[in-house]
Amino acid sequence: MALLEVTNLGISFGGLRAVDNFNIKIEKGQLYGLIGPNGAGKTTIFNLLTGVYQPTDGTIALDGEVLNGKSPAQICQSGISRTFQNIRLFHEMTVLDNVKAALHNQMTYSLADTFFRLPKYRKKEDEMNRKAVEILKVFDLDSHADHLAANLPYGKQRKLEIARALATNPKLLLLDEPAAGMNPNETAELMDTIKLIRDQFDITVLLIEHDMKLVSGICEYLTVLNFGTELASGTPNVVLNNPVVITAYLGE
Amino acid sequence: MKNERNKFTKGKIINIVIAVLIYILIMAALNGGMLSRQMSSLLVPICVNVMLAVSLNLITGFLGELTLGHAGFMSIGAYAGSLLTIYLDLPMYVEFIIAILVGGAVAAFFGFLIGVPVLRLRGDYLAIVTLAFGEIIKSVINVIKITNGAKGLNDIPSYSTFRNFTIVYILVILTIILIVNLVNSRHGRAIRSIRDNYIAAESVGIPVSKFKVMAFVISAFFAGVAGVVYAHNVGIIKPTTFDYNKSIEILVIVVLGGMGNIRGSIIAATILTLLPEMLRGADNLRMLIYAIVLIAMMLFNGSGAKERLISSKYFPKFLKRQKGVE
Repeated sequence: MALLEVTNLGISFGGLRAVDNFNIKIEKGQLYGLIGPNGAGKTTIFNLLTGVYQPTDGTIALDGEVLNGKSPAQICQSGISRTFQNIRLFHEMTVLDNVKAALHNQMTYSLADTFFRLPKYRKKEDEMNRKAVEILKVFDLDSHADHLAANLPYGKQRKLEIARALATNPKLLLLDEPAAGMNPNETAELMDTIKLIRDQFDITVLLIEHDMKLVSGICEYLTVLNFGTELASGTPNVVLNNPVVITAYLGE
Repeated sequence: MKNERNKFTKGKIINIVIAVLIYILIMAALNGGMLSRQMSSLLVPICVNVMLAVSLNLITGFLGELTLGHAGFMSIGAYAGSLLTIYLDLPMYVEFIIAILVGGAVAAFFGFLIGVPVLRLRGDYLAIVTLAFGEIIKSVINVIKITNGAKGLNDIPSYSTFRNFTIVYILVILTIILIVNLVNSRHGRAIRSIRDNYIAAESVGIPVSKFKVMAFVISAFFAGVAGVVYAHNVGIIKPTTFDYNKSIEILVIVVLGGMGNIRGSIIAATILTLLPEMLRGADNLRMLIYAIVLIAMMLFNGSGAKERLISSKYFPKFLKRQKGVE
């Protein structure tokens, strides 16, 4: 059974049909790419998958569990985590706290532990610190742990957002244009990191990207979106040479 | 991480030392008769304002929502606590502690009630709703019988005057410790993450609604406690005491001390309670000077001059490290 199964997904905003009859099946461990021209509905699909929007029709199922009607926080707990196209960090918090905030549902203690600093508080906070540093190390951010997130350079903010998403221990990670605004070196580094987290954290990745080098370099399967519907699907080689995709998106 | 933990405990010890030192200083001055009648009568109002500012900071500074109804919570606590001590007949400390807890709890309940519309509103809209809430509380207290209407409550026992400064001081320190503990915890992180970006907070699994209401309830509880202390200091409370001017006054303290800065709230509360009294001699110019000092402090806060002063080598070292507790 596929990890994520989306059938006949659609959403309308008033008279605008933003996404229509969208189907996707992602196997466990896959690196899946979602591409298409601006305004095609890619980010809308991410918002539907994470519960920011409720679909007008269709179903979303993760590991057999139907996610329709759940809140973003519940969907996160079910195992989908995401990054955003325009970075959304907790700017006034430290890098470490950003990741620890994402550990919220995994290492818990009660309000009484909080107020009276009971032993459980110390124990769980230590556990959180260890886990958060471990994740930050993967992204080479552990030396910045005490800095405010707002003071990080752009490329590191992108990385921190991925680190934070990973901290929620997701089954499926959604990356919305992870390479936007990065130079070729940073993009190459990012490709390695994405592969690394897929292997090391045993995670499935669905990403939106406009950088074709990144897409063809790491994605194992692609879906092209245009005007809210699927234009083509298949392995990168097949899809990127498809004449329909070239006219609609890539250009001659 | 070891390093951070050491720093943490070191800061804690400094805070405790400062808190104890201030207590000893005040007690010595009180008992030694070094404080004028006017000064000693200001001790409890300072404490009350510190509690109010620190609790309001939880909502405005850490949750990032603007509220103008904090005096409403304070009045609920004040009335609930005073009615208890007036009608109960128990030993002083027992009665006072019950009053504190009940006053806080009733205020917290109303914090829950006002917390629910908060889920639908943000920013200036929320500010208006909380402002209206404060006015409604005032009007209701004005008409119902048990609160004695516009005449207010009169024979409130003086349990928290400067003669009982110890218990007031303990309450202030407790308030500060509990709020600081909250802010530096899993729950506090959730509250702060909502302030910084609530969409991202939801996306990492934080139930935003729950934590918004939680922040309001906890903040209201401590405002209620401050209300009880206030009532048992002045002995008379009237609905007009808790109008929206009071809410604004607390907000000014929080903004002046710095949003999300507990230490700043404490210092600002102390200065802004003392200042109007210090200026009594200036008579007509009093409010003008008060306003000018406010503007000057704000400009100073936002300027590079403050950073330069703090980082200059002439600035006393122990002040740089002063942290957290009054």
